[in-house]
Amino acid sequence: MKDLLASKTRTIALSLAFLVLVLMPPFYSSYWITLLTQMLIYGILAMSLDILIGYTGLSSFGHAGFFGASAYVVAILSTRYKMGFVSCLVGGIGVATAISMIFGLLVAHATGVYFLIITLALGMVLWGLAFRWVTMTGGDNGISGIPRPDLGLPLSLKDPLTYYYMILVFFLVCLILMAIYVRSPFGHSLKGIRESESRMRVLGYHTWLHKYLSYVSAAAFGSVAGVLWAYFDGFISPYNMDLTASIEIILMVILGGPGTLVGPALGAGIIVFLKNFISAYTQRWLLILGTIYILTILYAPQGLVNLIRDWLKGGEKKTELKGIV
Amino acid sequence: MKKGWLMICLGIAAISLIIVPPTAVFAQGKGPIKIGFISPLSGGMAANGKDMLTGIELYLEEIGYQAAGRKIELLVEDDEANPATGLTKTRKLVEKDGVHLMTGGLMASTAYALAPYIDSKEIPTTYPIMAADDITQRKIPKWIIRTGWASSQPHQPFGEYAYNVLKFRKVSVIAYDFAFGWECVGGFQKVFEDSGGKVLQKIWVPLTAQDFSPYLAQISKDADAVFAVFSGRLTIQFTKQYKEFGLKAKIPLIGGGTVTDEHALPSMGDEAIGIITPLHYSEVLDNPANKKFVKAFREKVKKAASYYSEGTYTGARWIVEAIKAINGDVENRGKFMDALRKVDLKDVPRGPMKLDNYGNPIQNIYIRKVEKKGGELQNTVIHTYPMVSQFWKYKAEEFLKQPVYSREYPPLKP
Amino acid sequence: MIEFLLVQTLNGLSFGALLFLLASGLSLIYGVMKIVNIAHGSYFMLGAYIGLSVILRTKSFVLGAFAGGLAVGAVGLVMERGFLRKFPLRALPQMMITLGFALVFRDLALLIWGGDPYTLPCPEFLKGSTQIYKIIFPIYRLFVIGVATVVAVSLWLFNDKTLIGAKLRAAVDDHEMAGGVGLNVPLISGCMFGLGAFLAAFGGVIGGPIFGVYPGLDFELLSLAFVVVIVGGRGSLKGSAVGSILVGLVDNFGKALVPELSYFTLFAPMAIIVAVKPKGLFGRD
Repeated sequence: MKDLLASKTRTIALSLAFLVLVLMPPFYSSYWITLLTQMLIYGILAMSLDILIGYTGLSSFGHAGFFGASAYVVAILSTRYKMGFVSCLVGGIGVATAISMIFGLLVAHATGVYFLIITLALGMVLWGLAFRWVTMTGGDNGISGIPRPDLGLPLSLKDPLTYYYMILVFFLVCLILMAIYVRSPFGHSLKGIRESESRMRVLGYHTWLHKYLSYVSAAAFGSVAGVLWAYFDGFISPYNMDLTASIEIILMVILGGPGTLVGPALGAGIIVFLKNFISAYTQRWLLILGTIYILTILYAPQGLVNLIRDWLKGGEKKTELKGIV
Repeated sequence: MKKGWLMICLGIAAISLIIVPPTAVFAQGKGPIKIGFISPLSGGMAANGKDMLTGIELYLEEIGYQAAGRKIELLVEDDEANPATGLTKTRKLVEKDGVHLMTGGLMASTAYALAPYIDSKEIPTTYPIMAADDITQRKIPKWIIRTGWASSQPHQPFGEYAYNVLKFRKVSVIAYDFAFGWECVGGFQKVFEDSGGKVLQKIWVPLTAQDFSPYLAQISKDADAVFAVFSGRLTIQFTKQYKEFGLKAKIPLIGGGTVTDEHALPSMGDEAIGIITPLHYSEVLDNPANKKFVKAFREKVKKAASYYSEGTYTGARWIVEAIKAINGDVENRGKFMDALRKVDLKDVPRGPMKLDNYGNPIQNIYIRKVEKKGGELQNTVIHTYPMVSQFWKYKAEEFLKQPVYSREYPPLKP
Repeated sequence: MIEFLLVQTLNGLSFGALLFLLASGLSLIYGVMKIVNIAHGSYFMLGAYIGLSVILRTKSFVLGAFAGGLAVGAVGLVMERGFLRKFPLRALPQMMITLGFALVFRDLALLIWGGDPYTLPCPEFLKGSTQIYKIIFPIYRLFVIGVATVVAVSLWLFNDKTLIGAKLRAAVDDHEMAGGVGLNVPLISGCMFGLGAFLAAFGGVIGGPIFGVYPGLDFELLSLAFVVVIVGGRGSLKGSAVGSILVGLVDNFGKALVPELSYFTLFAPMAIIVAVKPKGLFGRD
């Protein structure tokens, strides 16, 4: 009965959220539309990291690196070579995925805290490249003036609302693809690895390959967000992919609820919102952000979505996220 | 079942909050004039950012936050010295708060990051500090003017000074490895070499360096002088280590304007004495406007007035003069922008200034030498180049044909 | 050429010495509790700030170094006892908490000391430079190398020759076993965390006359300290020492010879070491 209630609430909440996202933006001011756009882009990024954290149980501290890599590819291709949207999209995702395939060879054998440390180091390699490879990336200056894509439609993507709807389409497509992905047999074996890698190995699963593919797929989805961000902001710099950026994505995942996909998207929404709003009222933004980190871990380590779900179920079944280090 | 309904109600309440967001205020008619201001108020550049904020506040306090009969409201945002954050915050100030004018910003990277957005939104904007050359040279935005300086502007005359007056012939360069450093060095090298001198080597140091020792060891023993460009904590460390590694006794140190700027000078010791640098400002400039400004500034925050604070103080005056010129009709953006371009000030702390056709001030450049007076280090002016343009003595059209100063330009001569 | 090699080697060693003070504590914490302590760089920075305030008031550098160390050591102890202990051996929550603290510390430091950069005054008798062969080298940097050597030797004696050291080694090797034979693992963990924080803060004061102290110092050095731990191996004193010297030298020569690739020369070899020898050069399973 209570499970039913929970799933009902879930359906209602999701449909409401969907309706709001589709119907309401035309009534918002342009600032709110751009804020929603940012939330959706970071939502894609946070969901992609959830594949690793929530489903495979691996915490990557270099995820922003892929976001940055694909954004840089878009920036370089579109400003220097005037390439169109499709080639930039393919190029961005392609390069980031290729990097993740190489990095994956280094990280896929690692578990727990080693995985964390290695991804951190590799994330810094990418950041270091963006920062120091000045001829290609512009170094500290970053690359500005990335034009909004022209899709040959009668609508201009320079209009915030039109661009918002394009992002919404991308967001929904990514959400659906990722949902199918994690519910597939492959996704279930990832969860198995999260709960006990040794057991899965005994059962005959090729765990290395599973982890490798999980890492690469997370990077591929994350790079979609990078492409969209480059076009959205018109600007990319090493700051978008430093350690702080990577950790912020983890916070989004944990705050929202690892292993739920929509949770991290919610977490992304909350963090983007807070970043834009609290800082207008206080200069002590870092103090607040730091406190959010600590409080989240102390009081809601399973994330908001799981917290609400547990509460609806009347506290009988507590969600335990076994295997998330 | 109750819980479920409660949940749904809560959810709807939360969502309706999003549905009916506080509407953006479009200050039409006679609301206050809103000025959006960004600067780094947290992180490694916070000290400079706070100097900037104090400067603009100081001027607005002087005029009682009032101009042309309208109230002025200053909206402040922290850009963390991060261009991406600067862009986000600018977007917020423009689209949510509906500011009439944007100003502030510290890093050259922020200057370039904001420009395309500012132009797309057509918001009158001034850069009181950000000195990236191309903003008023090869990539001029329609809606931005500069009330500060171009990075290479003071260093071009200084190249001549170093050759003609200081009699240096061979100079080694050690500087920041990003646009600001390249442009300061480029301006110096171009004029110094056109005068007949030679730059022996250029050592680039990343912004994130913690220690100068690996770089100091590379400085050529043949140099008549070392030209350095740093600011903030790096300039404090650099001058100290320059002495510790025995270089100060061997090779005279000259540098970019920020090397001995008053934001860093009080934290330096005797190792700074004798360093010669050019800039469009010095705290000890002898004119009534500067005396008044320095006194007020020192009373307000109990520290030396740097060029950062003078920059936003004078920048605010510039904006207010433009507002007065159009009788406060800032809603007419085109008119406001034109007025901003036409301001001409004779009596600001740094001396007289007016804009050239490219939106950069023509102003005095002071050659300053660090001396100790009354127990305090100061930038004593030893020579003044009056009304220097960003193109120095070159013709603007020809100057603009060369690429912007960079890591590779001008190249080292064999 | 010999001069260049000599001066860069000395530079590398003095930089490595400071890295050792930072990284040995990080490695200790990582080894004993498997905590990736993001706040470790903040300890270094806080130590330098507190040391600065004490030195300016008392004019004593030694007092400043120990005051900074002890105050931050206490902060570390509180962090471990009050927060990190709630998540034993769970790397992600622990790391997120230490990150939260790192942000809080950074902002508090900005609130208390303002954003202006400072350099710590170097003790009077260590001022000036000396001539070695044909090069001029600051005396203070030689002193830093000496301090780090003394710290390393005392840590080694403590670790290898005392009973507490033996207990510590047992705790590093096997928590459950150590608990089983009656060792108070939580207490050891708490003290080790405090000691690690002390070392970092002490290093912050010692490094103060060279690096200065400013907001941002916390994260800038942290990444290098991580490289040391990763290369040297967690929980290994020898690893921290060798790793620090290696990183100090590679970083210095990298910056001097191929400045464009200075991050690459550091991180790329590390990535390879990690891939080939995941536990680091001297890490134990």
